[in-house]
Amino acid sequence: MNIVLRLAWRNLWRHSRRTWLTIGAMVFSNVLLVFMISLQFGMYGLMIDNTLKVFSGHMQVQAPGYKDDQKMRQVVPDVQPLAAHLRSELASDTIAARGWAFGLASSAERSYGIGIYGVEPDFEPQVSNIPGLIEEGRYLDDTNATEIVIGTMLARNLRIGIGDELTLLGSGVDGSFAAAVVNVVGIFGSGVKEIDRNIAQMPLGAFQDIFYMNGAGHQVVLLAPDLGQADILQARVETALSDDSDLVVHGWDELQPGLKQAIQADMSSAFFMYGILVILVAFSVLNTQLMSVLERTHEFGIVMSLGLKPGRLGRLVMLETAMMGFIGMILGALAGALFTTWFTVNGFTYPGMEEMVANFNLPGRVYPRATLVSSFAGPLVVFLFTLAAAVYPALRLHRLHPVEAMRTT
Amino acid sequence: MHVFVVLCRLAWRYLWRNHRRTIVMLSAIAIGAWAMIFMTALTRGMVDQMIVDGISVIPGHVLIHDPDYLDDPSVNNRVALSDAELDERFGGAGFAGWSSRVRVPAIVTSERESRGVTLLGIDPEAERSFAFFDYDDVDGRFLEAPDDKGVVLGAKLADTLETRVGKRVVLMSQDPDNEIADRGFRVVGLFHAEMDATEESFAFVGKRTAQDMLRIGDSVSEVVFVGDDYRDVEPVYEKVAALVDDSVRVSRWTEVDTYLGTMMGMMDGFMLIWVIVIFLALSFGLVNTLVMAVFERIREIGLMLALGMKPAMILGQIIIESMMLLAVGLLIGDVLAWVTIKPLEGGIDISIVAEGMEMFGASSTLYPSFDIDDVILANVVVMILGFLASLSPAWRASRYEPVEAITKV
Repeated sequence: MNIVLRLAWRNLWRHSRRTWLTIGAMVFSNVLLVFMISLQFGMYGLMIDNTLKVFSGHMQVQAPGYKDDQKMRQVVPDVQPLAAHLRSELASDTIAARGWAFGLASSAERSYGIGIYGVEPDFEPQVSNIPGLIEEGRYLDDTNATEIVIGTMLARNLRIGIGDELTLLGSGVDGSFAAAVVNVVGIFGSGVKEIDRNIAQMPLGAFQDIFYMNGAGHQVVLLAPDLGQADILQARVETALSDDSDLVVHGWDELQPGLKQAIQADMSSAFFMYGILVILVAFSVLNTQLMSVLERTHEFGIVMSLGLKPGRLGRLVMLETAMMGFIGMILGALAGALFTTWFTVNGFTYPGMEEMVANFNLPGRVYPRATLVSSFAGPLVVFLFTLAAAVYPALRLHRLHPVEAMRTT
Repeated sequence: MHVFVVLCRLAWRYLWRNHRRTIVMLSAIAIGAWAMIFMTALTRGMVDQMIVDGISVIPGHVLIHDPDYLDDPSVNNRVALSDAELDERFGGAGFAGWSSRVRVPAIVTSERESRGVTLLGIDPEAERSFAFFDYDDVDGRFLEAPDDKGVVLGAKLADTLETRVGKRVVLMSQDPDNEIADRGFRVVGLFHAEMDATEESFAFVGKRTAQDMLRIGDSVSEVVFVGDDYRDVEPVYEKVAALVDDSVRVSRWTEVDTYLGTMMGMMDGFMLIWVIVIFLALSFGLVNTLVMAVFERIREIGLMLALGMKPAMILGQIIIESMMLLAVGLLIGDVLAWVTIKPLEGGIDISIVAEGMEMFGASSTLYPSFDIDDVILANVVVMILGFLASLSPAWRASRYEPVEAITKV
């Protein structure tokens, strides 16, 4: 081992209690950071997934203005051929046409207003979570059948089950009165009340008949292989639309502006808290290293008068700090990952969490997962701040006068 | 008493013997205290505002419903007391305000569009004092009597429906026999609310008119009561509960809006956790400082002990030293927090993430609230935990063998 390294290592353990306390501060903050960041980004992922895969997809082709007003007559004409065209053009299956209408759903006993999606039974499973969440009965299979799948809460509120009839009332695309009787063939459960209470899906063909859509729909939903590739896909979709069409493509952040902003708002408050934690650790390190330099003034005076340059001593102090910081980083990341993994297995929840997070389409228990990034992002920042905190004590050495320093006891 | 004064003076002087260390530690404590209070003020401000906004759409502090209503808000689940009976029971009971309402899901249809809304049949005069919104700030006019034949919609909803004051819309719901109950209304007013969601969700009509339309005689969906303070609804709750039997369910508003109710309870928990986390991050540095402070004066401590100072005095002196350090740091932090929060109390504009805040149920202006109780709590918790954390180093210092301590180099 190199002599400087050995020296630094030994200096570090001169006051082992002090060193451990400082490392303790780092490990404490690191464990918190790793856990919080894993949890936070896990929840963002879930929020985005749940919201996008149920409602909006990664992007949609719509008529201009539909995004803000959602009016029946702001249609995408010939929506199935358009979806088919995009599927072949982009060589992708994760594209489906939809219509959306608001209607009154009445069973024998109850009536509730719901959002009714007209979907393509063959392609909807590629872009939405709902077909996979069927708890009873089956999903839609024929695009012209007068069938419907509804959520568990809605089924309970309407007091109906598989095979029962449901009357739909609403207004057609031209404002005329639209009515139909459909069969409930499936009931889905997402665990999120809002979804399970307010949404139903029926085949697009039947939907177009009932609401006098004349072959039109309201949206073509597209899903990219992952969120990161959404932008590239959006550009390709825009070029694939024919030049004379006035249809527009909206990305998920436009379709769900609240989602992105909620994440931003949450992130800024979280980062404020992380910042404070990191700064407090840095002060702890600053204090320790300042002490360790001050108490060695005498000793430093001797080695300097023997010819050691202050810069080298400064590097020694930095090296000590780096060693300490490194131990803190590794221990912190490991402990943090272990701590998080416990929750990966058991799930994380707190009393009242279900009510708190339901607004964001989140379930009442989440399973955070520690990844390499989430385990090291926080600890690495702490490490860098630790180094920065040692700069002042290290620079002080330049002001040290060997003779005076030797005189101090 | 005299001894205490001497100990304090000793502690104070010891503190400034190594002023650099003390200043670093003071800065850390001050930043920690500032962060505790600043963050709490922001969050407290946000939650307060959310509750004020949230209550404004319930509104009422204590509510009476049919036992099944909250789970299934249908016209079939009505309060089992007629209007006359309600008057008789509650009219003379001296509530600050009370009223009864019809509240059922419905669909509003213009010649263009249909949307789902909550239909509210209200008695405008009885509710004026605890209104959903300022009844005078309405485009057009607000309802004038329980048998008013007009409807008041949110401005945003009217936009979507492409309707305006003076035009007609149809409201559609179900009657107790699940026959469609519908009726045409003239739009007489448009209201404005803090959040878009509120403007989109409610349609107000006269209570009598609603009862006629739904064919429910003189029965209602809910009875609401208001007290003096939404934070403390127990007196009203108990008073109401004493006046009814168990054919109806009495709820506090926190049970009706579980999100807000949870949020309010959660706020104090969040605050405490945040204070403790910051304290823990600080505690490592604090203990470290004390350990060092003791270490560098072992010989003095030995000498004092040898001269007859009682170990308890040493213990006391070090704890006083720690308490002084914390108290000064906290004081600086408190002042800092006050100075930074006061200029912001006029509101922080965060409309850049308005739609995101709406998902939280918060509006786009944040009013930090410097709550003296929060400040006291933070300071007291830190002092108590600080006392506990200094016990161990102080105890060790007081247990030295005088002879060993004096001879220690």
